Amino acid sequence: MMRKVTFPHMGESYRTFKMLLNDLGNEVVLPPRPSRKTLNLGVQYAPEFACFPLKILMGTYLETIEKGANVLVTSGGVGPCRAGLYAELHKRILHDMGHPVEMIVFEPPRLYPLNFIRNVYKLNPKRLSIKSIIECIKRAWRKLQALDNAEKATHVVRPRELTPGTTTKTYKKVLEWIDAAYTMDEIIEAEKAALEEIYKIPQDPERLVLKVGIVGEIYVLLEPASNLEIEETLGNLGVEVERSMFLTGWTRDNTWKETVEGMTVKDAAMPYLPELIGGHGRDSIGNTVLYAKRNFDGVIQLAPFTCIPEIVAKTILTSVSRDYNIPVLTFFLDEQTGKAGMTTRLEAFVDLMKRKKLLRKTGKILRPASAL
Amino acid sequence: MKAYLGIDVGSVSTNIVVQDEAGTILAGLYLRTKGRPVETIQSGLKEIKQSLPGDIEICGVGTTGSGRYLAGVMVGADVIKNEITAHAVAATFFVPAVQTVFEIGGQDSKIIIIRNGVVTDFAMNTVCAAGTGSFLDQQAARLGIPIHEFGKLALQSTNPVRIAGRCTVFAESDMIHKQQMGHPLKDIINGLCEALVRNYLNNVGKGKEILPPVIFQGGVAANAGIKAAFERALGMEVQIPPHHDVIGAVGAALLAREEMALNNKTTNFKGFFISDLTYRTSSFECDGCPNSCEIAEIYEEDRVIGRWGARCPRWDIIQEEKN
Repeated sequence: MMRKVTFPHMGESYRTFKMLLNDLGNEVVLPPRPSRKTLNLGVQYAPEFACFPLKILMGTYLETIEKGANVLVTSGGVGPCRAGLYAELHKRILHDMGHPVEMIVFEPPRLYPLNFIRNVYKLNPKRLSIKSIIECIKRAWRKLQALDNAEKATHVVRPRELTPGTTTKTYKKVLEWIDAAYTMDEIIEAEKAALEEIYKIPQDPERLVLKVGIVGEIYVLLEPASNLEIEETLGNLGVEVERSMFLTGWTRDNTWKETVEGMTVKDAAMPYLPELIGGHGRDSIGNTVLYAKRNFDGVIQLAPFTCIPEIVAKTILTSVSRDYNIPVLTFFLDEQTGKAGMTTRLEAFVDLMKRKKLLRKTGKILRPASAL
Repeated sequence: MKAYLGIDVGSVSTNIVVQDEAGTILAGLYLRTKGRPVETIQSGLKEIKQSLPGDIEICGVGTTGSGRYLAGVMVGADVIKNEITAHAVAATFFVPAVQTVFEIGGQDSKIIIIRNGVVTDFAMNTVCAAGTGSFLDQQAARLGIPIHEFGKLALQSTNPVRIAGRCTVFAESDMIHKQQMGHPLKDIINGLCEALVRNYLNNVGKGKEILPPVIFQGGVAANAGIKAAFERALGMEVQIPPHHDVIGAVGAALLAREEMALNNKTTNFKGFFISDLTYRTSSFECDGCPNSCEIAEIYEEDRVIGRWGARCPRWDIIQEEKN
């Protein structure tokens, strides 16, 4: 039987994984962007008490199996977060349903180097040499960086754009440029052109733009379809977002060199939470501290409903918010698709931050009803 | 006489007020939305028009609440604002020194922290309906007690029984258990009031610095039992502002007045005659992508005036809220 490989959908990263798996000689079934159909399938076949990412992935696997996929590549995980067991759970559910899929689970290579080598071998039907495999991974890595950099640029430009919607439109266009690039030179060139195109968008330099850091669980951070496109919504409300996690940053061996004052996220979280509690709970706390130190206007925490690490973090963020005088807003995400509740909270949050910022900048109190 | 119209379309109630230039309430209306916001807005406008003096000229309109966009396109709003901002504006108008606002409505409960007249923090209930007006409504109906009697009954209790407050399912089964054991109704209801307050303070009010003056508004503020339970739990006085039940609409009207004064423009208000127009709502499933968004539309006579529910701009015709 012909092997057809697929993997979870996480933002735009599928463009890279498609290229890498193709290079190694695999036929790839592209995972579709999570939609209502994905959700319906996921909710139907996943355990009710499981978190949102498990359900979306379940739906994605079923959609891709429908298109002929029989090899699923995903990540495992260490530590107490239950997501580390999801690959095994998915596999058993799919087998029970009569889909004899093969599951290839990548554990952190730093801790499980043999698992990594064995898995790469399984995904290398072309029998490329180690040297060529390394070359392919390097190129894929560069493409992933290019995609992340283009996304970061939209976060800066969107809140300043003169014509609403231009950034999103441009972003869609330049993604295709990066997608089409193949050699290292092409990727670098496409990235350069993409960034130029995004920064060329007419902007209003006078606008009062707020800066908000986004922290939380990795899947709901990286997949806009799972967080009701919160970054785009914030951009349209005049907020520049900085997300604490990108796929390239997360994969980069957990060394966070770029943070201010030489502090790592872990160090920043230490006074509040000295233990690893699984998932990204400690990162949420540490990143909030770092954003506060960098004088951000606010922080938004995104968490799947019932996510224990983020629930613990939310409780502790109350103290961080008080100690550093930075507003923090938490959203628990689940299968609800109604945006009204989120919009109301975001609008009020933006109102609050704007008033605070004006007060800090000009010493002027903008009373809610200043005309009274 | 110049006046401003404020409309708050909530999940349970729709409130309409008309205010004069000085902020005096000329007319106020509390209606049940009953799941039919369009009809409720129309009949509300008709009713409020009749109670107004003839020389009223509406110079600005504000809408708020979960139905603010719907109401906004129907009446031609000058400002469409979220209910947190609207509530904070109204609270500081009635009690300028206010530092803490509790607001419990039909579907939402929120806490707003105000310092020196500026909102510095807020929180809203996230995924749970425990501690909101809808649940009280439902229990009042189950017990066959009119909702406006509910709080008074709680005040007669001398020995509240303990009711679980974290989840409406737990609360209801606890209430039924206690009722079948023979506890008097007034004690069970008082227990429920205490449970809701406990849940509110632990969940919505978690970690917030609650300083006096504290004011309590929203539909549930009419419930004397809840107010008393708050005062017992906090050990401080809790004030109910005037017009507490229509306070969101008051805030919307104040915001409309501010908007008109700041920008010096003329109102978009279509007029009270819209209560005689035909509005029709419909919905369809978009076939543009696998997302299959459920799009809702509202027609005024034969013209589409609003569309919601899309996750992309394909169906946009409504202007976004201007900040």
